[in-house]
Amino acid sequence: MTGTGMFGLAEADWGIILLSLRVALVAILFALPLAFAMAWVLARHSFPGKSLLQAVITMPLVLPPVVTGYLLLRWFGTRGALGAPLNEWFGVIFAFRWTGAALAAGVMAFPLLVRPMRLSIENIDRGLEEAARTLGAGRVVAFLTVTLPLLFPGIIAGAVLGFAKALGEFGATITFVSNIPGETQTLSLAIYSLLQTPAGDSAALKLILVSAFLSIAAVIFSEWLQRRFDARRPE
Amino acid sequence: MSKLVVSIAGRSGAFAVSADFAAAPGVTALFGHSGAGKTTLLKMIAGTLSPERGRIAIGDRVLFDSETGINLPPEKRHIGYVFQDARLFPHLSVKHNLTYALWAGRRNAGKPFAEVADLLGLAALLDRRPATLSGGERQRVAIGRALLSNPALLLLDEPLSSLDHARRQEILPYLERLRDESGLPIVYVSHEIDEVARLADTLVLLSKGEVTASGPVAEVFANMDGTGEDAGTLIEGYVIGRDPQYGVTFIDLGGETFQIVDEALRPGMQVRLRVRARDVSLARQAPEAISIRNVLPVQIVTINGREGTFAEMELSFAAQKLRARLTRKSVADLELKPGDNVFALVKAVSVDRSSMRRGKD
Repeated sequence: MTGTGMFGLAEADWGIILLSLRVALVAILFALPLAFAMAWVLARHSFPGKSLLQAVITMPLVLPPVVTGYLLLRWFGTRGALGAPLNEWFGVIFAFRWTGAALAAGVMAFPLLVRPMRLSIENIDRGLEEAARTLGAGRVVAFLTVTLPLLFPGIIAGAVLGFAKALGEFGATITFVSNIPGETQTLSLAIYSLLQTPAGDSAALKLILVSAFLSIAAVIFSEWLQRRFDARRPE
Repeated sequence: MSKLVVSIAGRSGAFAVSADFAAAPGVTALFGHSGAGKTTLLKMIAGTLSPERGRIAIGDRVLFDSETGINLPPEKRHIGYVFQDARLFPHLSVKHNLTYALWAGRRNAGKPFAEVADLLGLAALLDRRPATLSGGERQRVAIGRALLSNPALLLLDEPLSSLDHARRQEILPYLERLRDESGLPIVYVSHEIDEVARLADTLVLLSKGEVTASGPVAEVFANMDGTGEDAGTLIEGYVIGRDPQYGVTFIDLGGETFQIVDEALRPGMQVRLRVRARDVSLARQAPEAISIRNVLPVQIVTINGREGTFAEMELSFAAQKLRARLTRKSVADLELKPGDNVFALVKAVSVDRSSMRRGKD
């Protein structure tokens, strides 16, 4: 470790923290709209194969993370069924890149994003949308002005839970994109590496504290946001 | 102002509904027991549920026509819908709820905001959230929100049913002002006979998804199956004077003078009174020295009920109808029969003031 920066953290530590935040944020930014669409479909529609879809979405929660990582490697590797065309058409490479870490984090967080959003969509009084329609709002405007604002607490709850999960993801990440310092070594992987070295405990402690701090901060932030957006609160 | 004309058939799940009726400016009551199909019919008019066939039009604007395939979505119908449970948007202030049709629905305000706020007494509530409002306040806001969407028609779905008696009495005067001042056709769904008697001009009776009778309220009331505890008729007249010393008001019923107790009526006002059958007594001769204020010469039209304890009688006077419920013993003792000229006795205090329709001056 060289040099000491802000808060007594080395430059390398800052690199790890910023990489972790970037991986988790990108994971959630991409996963959130998809998870919302999925939550919407599950809450509002019934179709054949719905329970199968539900099971597939829940898979990352119940499969050993190593298995999920292995499947990602098979499908999203440079020669994978999805990885090859993505590379060819969009120039997106996942294998052994930070983007792969984000993909792993997003997949692992997905079920945690869907669940609270689905519950809040199911809880919305559809009569409110009907009322909005009779007042001149089309489907889209009714969604944007009534449904979406009422879903904010659920969306925030899902996003924060997913973010915390993405930040701490370990098994699928290390299997899929390995543990490359500066590229795929997020907080969890760095802590793991340090603990593998003799006398690495004290160096790891700093990162462990940072990790705990980030998780707690995310939860507090979400509680604050939810209070802020809770429509039913009295003024 | 244009008239609503409905002629539709359709279903909601397994429940079939069909209806033919028209609603002119003023209040048209859809009256029936719960499960009669009133709300289903309103949804079809508002466009949140599609009928299978038929036609719905306001004036020459067609909202639904199965022949030509027209079926406007709710946002294009310009119908103000006041729901039983108000359905205010919980995340918006009262003010933003009221103006929702303007900023989200891109409607022009049909009426100035201040006028509607004044009509419904909303000025003090504007910054509040729906969660902090009482049930009566919520319904007033819901009515105001519908009015400010520049509607061609108002649908009120039992707006008082979730309120207690005191709250109803608080809202009713607002509904009367709405009827008299908005100039809109209002379809008012209710299963409370008092509300209908007080507010409606036209009555459409619904039963098991079908219209069983429709027409001017007094007419339909007079022909209604008069066996219920609250059976009665509506009689119409205008105020000719008051006796302020005793608080008695005199009403002309087309030649006959009728007395009731009411402080708020002014000479010249049109009124419609609901007289319950159980409050009417009959006498062979005009009684003297009697406390009952109203003694009307009437003719017996029909006597129903050959069995049981009570006889339901229909009486006519000055082109109006009354109903009387007597014991069959009285009918037998007085030897009453259709065609007889007798006297109907009605106590001034028995006239139900909460169901009285007050017209404009």
